[in-house]
Amino acid sequence: MPTIELDAAAVRVPLPGRGEREILAPTTLTLTERRIGVIGANGSGKSTLARLLNGLVRPSSGRVTVEDRDVVRDGAAVRRLVGFCFTDPAAQLVMPTCVEDIELSLRRTVKDGATRRERALAVLAANGLADHAHDSVHSLSGGQRQLLALSGVLALEPAIVVADEPTTLLDRANTRRVGDTLLGLEQQLVLVTHDLDLAARCDRVIVVDDARVVADGTPADSIAHYTGLVDR
Amino acid sequence: MAGLHQPGDTVLHRLPVGAKVLGLALLSLAIVLVRDVRAAPVFLAVTLLLAALARVPLRSVWRAARGVLLVAVVASVFQWWWYGAEKAVETFLDLLSLGLAALALTATTSVNEMVDALSRWARPLRVLGVDPDRVALTVALTIGALPGTIAIARETRDAARARGLDRNPRAYLSPFVIRVVARAHESGDALQARGIGD
Repeated sequence: MPTIELDAAAVRVPLPGRGEREILAPTTLTLTERRIGVIGANGSGKSTLARLLNGLVRPSSGRVTVEDRDVVRDGAAVRRLVGFCFTDPAAQLVMPTCVEDIELSLRRTVKDGATRRERALAVLAANGLADHAHDSVHSLSGGQRQLLALSGVLALEPAIVVADEPTTLLDRANTRRVGDTLLGLEQQLVLVTHDLDLAARCDRVIVVDDARVVADGTPADSIAHYTGLVDR
Repeated sequence: MAGLHQPGDTVLHRLPVGAKVLGLALLSLAIVLVRDVRAAPVFLAVTLLLAALARVPLRSVWRAARGVLLVAVVASVFQWWWYGAEKAVETFLDLLSLGLAALALTATTSVNEMVDALSRWARPLRVLGVDPDRVALTVALTIGALPGTIAIARETRDAARARGLDRNPRAYLSPFVIRVVARAHESGDALQARGIGD
């Protein structure tokens, strides 16, 4: 599995007139497991942690490396390694039809139009969306839309997939479907989630609370710590 | 292009994008410049033929026509008032023809084909420091943003209505603007995460 390293990485934002606010305290982590869950309350800093991993958020101090590549200095190379899946798929689907959106992902790697179409259709078929190739992305159900967004990410064959609450907007059946797809990936997965069933299926779970990592270990221990925080 | 593209294998589908765009430009110019009421039905017949040739489903034809119809009716009424019936009929038919001609292009051309063509055409601009792929992507994003923006407009209006604030434009305009900007940020993040534009 690839290695993601955070070396005292912290994120702070300036507040107008009153100094700054810490969104993530200096955090040091080495992530090498295949499936890593991140859980914690709303606004605790989970998303910030996830976004650090592909350079969408830059550390205010410290550094983050993926396979020894610095996410700030080597951003483009890191983003080729790290695929990112968002909570709201509507924001990341930019083309009108499903197959076209996958083709957009493939533009850089596959120059020839006909080959690109063929590859895009194959990606859709692999993710159970073959029948919807020419449908408008707006006509899909929430679950299908998330699977499409994920297909667009997987089309680029990243080594790591980071998913930021990918099932929060989905019903139970679709949560299971998207969760099964993600947890079944060969790639390394960093899964930020509120779904403790999904977190329990990871190899390692990190709990973020009030801008810092407060627990890090087996799913059972970490989930117990998190539920303890809530029930306290 | 905005979700209207119908995959197919007709002559119009196989024609290169450049030829289609040039054809649309020439046909549109002809429709606008030929000032003769007798020519108007001919143009309408030609564009209907094009739509049939592209095998555009009747439903799409009707949807596109409905969009143009309102504008065409209003414009024709004014024309009738100012210049008489003949001019009004010509305006009405010409506007329909223009709508159908555009539909024949959008139904047979996928956004990606258009983006590829645009980035090819923008290539000479590279000497001026313009990135052709960036130009093409911008156009694609603009087209792609339309349905999303309309959905946000609907949601914010419904939300204002649910609170009984539908007479207060501020109640739906400010959340609308904020959400459109937020959506733009999210889309930007998503594009960056997908490595598009790197």
